[in-house]
Amino acid sequence: MLHKLYDWIDERLDVTPIWRDIADHEVPEHVNPAHHFSAFVYCFGGLTFFVTVIQVLSGMFLTMYYVPDIVNAWESVKYLQTQVAHGQIVRGMHHWGASVVIVMIFLHTLRVFFQGAYKKPRELNWVVGVLLFFVMLGLGFTGYLLPWDNKAFFATQVGLEIAESVPYIGGDLKTLLAGDPEIVGAKTLARFFAIHVFFLPAALFALMGAHFIMIRRQGISGPL
Amino acid sequence: MTDKKNQVSRRQFLNYTLTGVGGFMGAAMVAPMVGFAIDPLLKGQKDTEFIYVMDVSEITNEPQRKTFKVDQVDGWYESQVDRTAWIFKTEEGNILALSPVCTHLGCTVDWASNEQYPNQFFCPCHNGRYTKTGVNIEGTPPTEPLHAYEYKVEDGKLLLGKAKKR
Ligand code: HEM
Ligand code: FES
Repeated sequence: MLHKLYDWIDERLDVTPIWRDIADHEVPEHVNPAHHFSAFVYCFGGLTFFVTVIQVLSGMFLTMYYVPDIVNAWESVKYLQTQVAHGQIVRGMHHWGASVVIVMIFLHTLRVFFQGAYKKPRELNWVVGVLLFFVMLGLGFTGYLLPWDNKAFFATQVGLEIAESVPYIGGDLKTLLAGDPEIVGAKTLARFFAIHVFFLPAALFALMGAHFIMIRRQGISGPL
Repeated sequence: MTDKKNQVSRRQFLNYTLTGVGGFMGAAMVAPMVGFAIDPLLKGQKDTEFIYVMDVSEITNEPQRKTFKVDQVDGWYESQVDRTAWIFKTEEGNILALSPVCTHLGCTVDWASNEQYPNQFFCPCHNGRYTKTGVNIEGTPPTEPLHAYEYKVEDGKLLLGKAKKR
């Protein structure tokens, strides 16, 4: 049945070359943990992607209940965690995943660094990787405020002070982030929410696209 | 008519006009959004309100912790918020009202809360310390003195405004 459906579509649109080009090529022996167990270090990039997918999916579902409003944010998180079916699990995935994704991206970076895989011709992909890392940190920073509890509030207070310590533009930078020169409040939460769920994910997707296209083009770096 | 060589070809003409029109449309689309996003920078500062905190006669040489309420307008959300000041008279007899916000990374400092340094302001986050007049002590994380509230004295009452860098 499915096979027929696929053939029907393929006959008209010739989709086979499209997915073949993306997905159909051999895993080189030196990156396959089944051949050399130490090759597991090559998994961290894929694991980062896997956790990122979890973050995006769980995050999308969280926004069905979460409201970015200082009066209701905390209650909405409490409600989704305690009253909504599987709420604890969905929030838990997003909450713990946010830390795991940083660990994974860090391990992936270590592998690339110690194998020298960033060297010519892959310099540009290193640059994109560093940008991805900053976007991840940004997602972690903006997401942390969203539950609007004391820990979130004061962590953001401190984070904004750090932004303010940047020479010359620090003051304006803080105002831009917080939405107010002095207050960390209603406007800050709304902004952080917008940055967290729209702006940074958009940047994340664009950078991941560039990252993967470059990998496809250049292949994985050879054995040491 | 004009020299043939300098004539703009149809293709060039279309390229220029389409790029121009496209650029204009792009700019017209993005400009309002940029303004929208940076509105907090354009709004500027509001006037400072001075609030009664304590009578001048009650001010001692020992810093006292005083909280007072300030009306705060946060976009669409209006509320009263607590402010805290450490208020005392310096040796020269001047009134000093220090903000408790650590100039390192914004934790809250306390007067004489560390037994080892009974005459200093102490920040528990990274062991930041300040002298009694709020000057950061060399070798601890804070990089500048504690901010001080602007103040006014009216009829023996101390009114505080905003905490400012010194
Ligand atoms: C790599 C990507 C992401 C990271 C690192 C991340 C990180 C975080 C963090 C640290 C929190 C605070 C969670 C907590 O304390 O429980 C959070 C909350 C939240 N995030 Fe994300 N996030 C990511 C992607 C997304 C995406 C794509 C969306 C939506 C489209 C999203 C929506 C939300 C929402 C609604 C909350 C508030 C609910 C809650 O606190 O449980 N996140 N995020
Ligand atoms: S925040 Fe006070 S010492 Fe770091």
